[in-house]
Amino acid sequence: MSDQSDVNRGRRNLVIAGACAGGAVAVGTAVPFAASMLPSERAEALGAPVEADIGQLAPGEMTTFEWRGQPVWVVRRTQEMLEGIKKVDGKVADPKSERKRSELTPEYARNEYRSIKPEYLVVVGICTHLGCSPQDRFKAGPEAFERDWTGGFYCPCHGSLFDLAGRVYKNKPAPDNLKVPPYTYLSDTRILIGEDKKGA
Amino acid sequence: MPAAEKQAVTGAGSFNGLLTWIDQRFPLMETWRSHLTEYYAPKNFNFWYYFGSLALFVLVIQIVTGIFLTMNYKPDAAQAFASVEYIMREVPWGWWIRYMHSTGASFFFICVYLHMFRAMLYGSYRKPRELLWIFGMLIFLCLMAEAFFGYLLPWGQMSYWGAQVIVNLFDAIPVIGPDLAIWIRGDFVVSDATLNRFFAYHVIAVPLALLALVVAHLLALHEVGSSNPDGVEIKKAMDPATGRPLDGIPFHPYYTVKDTFGVVVFLIVFSIVVFFAPEAGGYFLEYNNFIPADPLKTPAHIAPVWYFTPYYSILRATTDEFVLWVLAPGVIAFAVLLIWSLKKSATRIVVGVIAIALLAGLLKLDAKVWGVVLMGASVMIFFLLPWLDQSPVKSIRYKGPLTKAALTLFVIAFFVLGYLGTESVTGERTLAAQIGTAVYFLFFFLMPWYSKMDKCRPEPERVTSK
Repeated sequence: MSDQSDVNRGRRNLVIAGACAGGAVAVGTAVPFAASMLPSERAEALGAPVEADIGQLAPGEMTTFEWRGQPVWVVRRTQEMLEGIKKVDGKVADPKSERKRSELTPEYARNEYRSIKPEYLVVVGICTHLGCSPQDRFKAGPEAFERDWTGGFYCPCHGSLFDLAGRVYKNKPAPDNLKVPPYTYLSDTRILIGEDKKGA
Repeated sequence: MPAAEKQAVTGAGSFNGLLTWIDQRFPLMETWRSHLTEYYAPKNFNFWYYFGSLALFVLVIQIVTGIFLTMNYKPDAAQAFASVEYIMREVPWGWWIRYMHSTGASFFFICVYLHMFRAMLYGSYRKPRELLWIFGMLIFLCLMAEAFFGYLLPWGQMSYWGAQVIVNLFDAIPVIGPDLAIWIRGDFVVSDATLNRFFAYHVIAVPLALLALVVAHLLALHEVGSSNPDGVEIKKAMDPATGRPLDGIPFHPYYTVKDTFGVVVFLIVFSIVVFFAPEAGGYFLEYNNFIPADPLKTPAHIAPVWYFTPYYSILRATTDEFVLWVLAPGVIAFAVLLIWSLKKSATRIVVGVIAIALLAGLLKLDAKVWGVVLMGASVMIFFLLPWLDQSPVKSIRYKGPLTKAALTLFVIAFFVLGYLGTESVTGERTLAAQIGTAVYFLFFFLMPWYSKMDKCRPEPERVTSK
């Protein structure tokens, strides 16, 4: 650009305008390609609610249902387990389920036990850290990861701990409590996972 | 040069005519000469200089075996696992082709890590080879992407949960994270859609980028010429009569012969693994991956393949306490050090503002976000090596005790982090990983200072060799 005199400004501007227009077209063309990578109509449709029979569950047992490709746990908690939850209020990061409320804890689960009925815990079994599925370690007693263990869930991937209400322990990689999915009781032994009374 | 004026090819016997015909239509002899017979490489290359050509050789193995694997593999969540077993049990020689491919992945990383370590030993990334180093790093990133996408394809438990964890890393990005993760997966969980697109990335998108970068890497290398174990430029001492470097020898035949010897030794080691230990004790092929993917159940112990474990350890080491007691004070200390070293007040203010912004972020955002940031930084920071290294000499041979100690500590930290990444989490191991993480980053962040104040010996005028 040292010698401006031999540059035809008119032509140069035309080249710049042409390059800009071409660039805009290229970016516009990228949009449908990028959009084609979003979940398809079929993948979206598979998010329907799931009906689950919890009548067979014995006290202290857990069962898993699949909802939107994710594991949903139902635990029938014993009185002892419920006592254990109260004991760890000081050890969990968010005892009152106040963080990301609208996303993680529906209104009817905003209580000590994070459930509609204290006896039954219903949570999505996906760690809020990086999406592993934690393991059930219901037996209270000393564990390698926690001396004063009162029962709960242990994530094998990065060592996050959750109590029997799905509340995350402090200073663990997982930032939040396990998600309580929308659910509702159809009868005493049947629940509908994926929809609550509000939406029904 | 117009075709008619080009000289006829000689010395190829009965092929002279054919080669002349081609040469008049294509820069055949010119390319041959400028990249092989008249490309002068330093005469003092040692053992460490095998791994560039070996990495290229493994790339060829991966492409060839990969093509044959796609002939029988099915990128479908319902059929993928079974199709891999089909290749292993029923396709003639299918087991051999697949074991070559799976072993090749690990050997690719072994070669590339040794190749990178060579560059760190002898300062191969220093001026004028910065762009060469950047192309190499981009190849390394492509290789990591290639390995990650490929690992999902067998659709075993480790494939599935490994992909789940890594894709969820993007979920940690504030604001756009969750939508980005869904866009990457093409679904709300890792599913058939994810498998299908990872297959597309693995067999076409990434290999194309990888090959283009390898070409760029070689072109950049041949523009500036290879460095050598002494780190002195051979172009400084030219033969006045021929105009060639006095310490250079033609790449062909000298180094083609040397590299061929390297390939033979490599193939012996490679074959031993392929035929006798293709799983390599669970390090090359993980045991949990012989179980089909189950979206409802994470395996009891999950770990990435060995070549990703150092970075994975760094991810796991980043807890709330680590952020509060190590990262935050680290940012403050580093900002003070930088402000004290910098002369211009404008840059000092910029450093201060960045440090305050970082501190605010450290205290405000989840430790999860910072784990992901640190893991990304642990790879990306290699890009900065040419500018972090302020030593007056290039090669470790003439560098002083500080640099040698720092490099030794870094290598130990890298291995310790790598080992810890394969193990499950306990309190002590997390502490060890946190110490390793600190050493890993200090090696890079303090380099501008220790490399400058180190007591280096003077470089020789010419390369040395026995």
